[in-house]
Amino acid sequence: MTTTVVKPEEASTGKTGKAVRDRRPLLLAALGIALLACALLAAGTGAYRIPLGDILASLAHRAHLGGHPLERVPESVLWNVRLPRVVLALLVGGALGCAGALMQGVFGNPLAEPAVIGVSSGGAVGAVACIVLGLDALGSWTVTAAAFASGLLTVGAVYAMSRSGGRTEVVTLLLTGVAVNAFCGALIGLLLFTADTAAISQVTFWQLGSLSQASWSKVLAVLPFAALGLAVAPRYARRLDLLALGERPARHLGVDVERMRIVLITVVALLTAAAVAVSGIIGFVGLVVPHLLRMLAGPGHRFLLPASAVGGALVLVAGDLAARTLAAPAELPLGVLTALIGSPFFFWLLRRTRRRQGGWA
Amino acid sequence: MTELLHADAVGCTVGGRPLLADVRLTVRRGEILALLGPNGAGKSTLLSVLAGDRRPTDGRVRLDGRPLAAYRPAELARLRALLPQHHEVSFPFAAGEVVRMGRAPWAGTPRAGEDEQAVARAMAATDCAHLAARPFTALSGGERARVALARILAQDTPLLLLDEPTAALDLRHQELVLRIARERAEAGRGVIVVLHDLTLAAAHADRIALLDAGRTVAVGPTGEVLDAALLSRVYRHPVEVLAHPHGGAPIVLPERPREAD
Repeated sequence: MTTTVVKPEEASTGKTGKAVRDRRPLLLAALGIALLACALLAAGTGAYRIPLGDILASLAHRAHLGGHPLERVPESVLWNVRLPRVVLALLVGGALGCAGALMQGVFGNPLAEPAVIGVSSGGAVGAVACIVLGLDALGSWTVTAAAFASGLLTVGAVYAMSRSGGRTEVVTLLLTGVAVNAFCGALIGLLLFTADTAAISQVTFWQLGSLSQASWSKVLAVLPFAALGLAVAPRYARRLDLLALGERPARHLGVDVERMRIVLITVVALLTAAAVAVSGIIGFVGLVVPHLLRMLAGPGHRFLLPASAVGGALVLVAGDLAARTLAAPAELPLGVLTALIGSPFFFWLLRRTRRRQGGWA
Repeated sequence: MTELLHADAVGCTVGGRPLLADVRLTVRRGEILALLGPNGAGKSTLLSVLAGDRRPTDGRVRLDGRPLAAYRPAELARLRALLPQHHEVSFPFAAGEVVRMGRAPWAGTPRAGEDEQAVARAMAATDCAHLAARPFTALSGGERARVALARILAQDTPLLLLDEPTAALDLRHQELVLRIARERAEAGRGVIVVLHDLTLAAAHADRIALLDAGRTVAVGPTGEVLDAALLSRVYRHPVEVLAHPHGGAPIVLPERPREAD
């Protein structure tokens, strides 16, 4: 009754499994090369074109590896406008992709994404409150800092509320997330109700998600969280594989499930809150990227976690390039673009999986 | 035979309801102990206490001479393995990868070198080597059960806890599973197996622990525990115990109303 056809000789020697495993380093390398190419393309493309040779020369010059500086205008466009934006897209995409893969692994559910534990809607409450109430205690950083802090705080609250007797049940955690998300939505609605027109349009644009406010200081603000998350995540790859067997079997294999869950949810919260804080809400990257990679190269997390980070970065760098060039000189909101392409794609994935396996697995 | 696991006056009360009370049993190296009892007798609760999942509220459990609570999770994983009743894997891992997961507790120890061999042996023993490359999620119920058993065998622990290992299996594979349990016992391991089929238990177990309403009502050699009067009382249904025509192993049958000749 299975639909996967395996030739007997392949099955007996496990060749199919090996073929998938051998494909992994190649796929990771391909993703890395595509990311690099896409980043260079994005750095050169826009209202002011910069040829590839000039970009490389300027990069080499700044890295003291020869090369030469460009003229004043292209040098300024490249270093003050394009590169911070490309690097920010790379970091945010990497953070979202990795956080998505972690979430799906922690919950053993391919439909989990960071938003379900409240980090995005919680972050939005903080940001919207600042915009609507006109708070500016930290100057231009107020919205970013408030989004980050309230995103983390919300995850903490969801986690604390779903614990009882030193244990956390996944279903309770997810349902608490649903309730808290609804509550955050209500708070945002309430704030918008009291807001003036200018604030409402500012909130709307923030919620659509965009990297148009990119700067090196934002890159520096995200960098430590992205680096921390991307460094910690692979250490849990093997244990996440074991968690796919279920909580109890994972515990029987020596995994301290509860501790691992606390650490990884914290990592997910940091990665996502940092991304939301600088870019607003950009959906579907964390959901679709790990999915696609799992279909291509199997569910092992030693491959899936780094590949999802690179894949997420690639999607966001490419997405942001499309967002600012498709309707130039106007700029499409990045979050709208990712959801516009991501949701039909996700639907296709669902249908395909159902056809192949007769159900979700 | 040396004692491997010992439960002393174990009790477990959840929400004011006693699920287990005064349970006493011992498993020695080299034997199969069958855990029997009607539905709701506390077999699964007892198994999770013996596995270290659930802390008993009374009494204590010693594994290999040390209290269960004194072990770190990783140490425990090298001493006991549990085959659960249900076999779910969240993502489509290949069956071979699932079996290999059983080796996780040995990573970083000197015995990590035996991984390949242990996995291959376990899959051969459970008749599932040909499934290695198939996604676990695409296997039939019986195939899943065998792959899950292979994972437990690959874990290579002195104590094996099997929770209804024969439930999803056909006749041939039921016998296969219990033959594997016997081989493990003969290699010096201890095996606790929860079964519903009393005749199967009679044929394969060395000793039986009979649970009723959370208490061990009898623990002893198979022939002694499988007493018609005792079983009729515990299962609340009249039971006959016959002797097999060859060898005399007990055959347990529920009494059924006979049609007139």
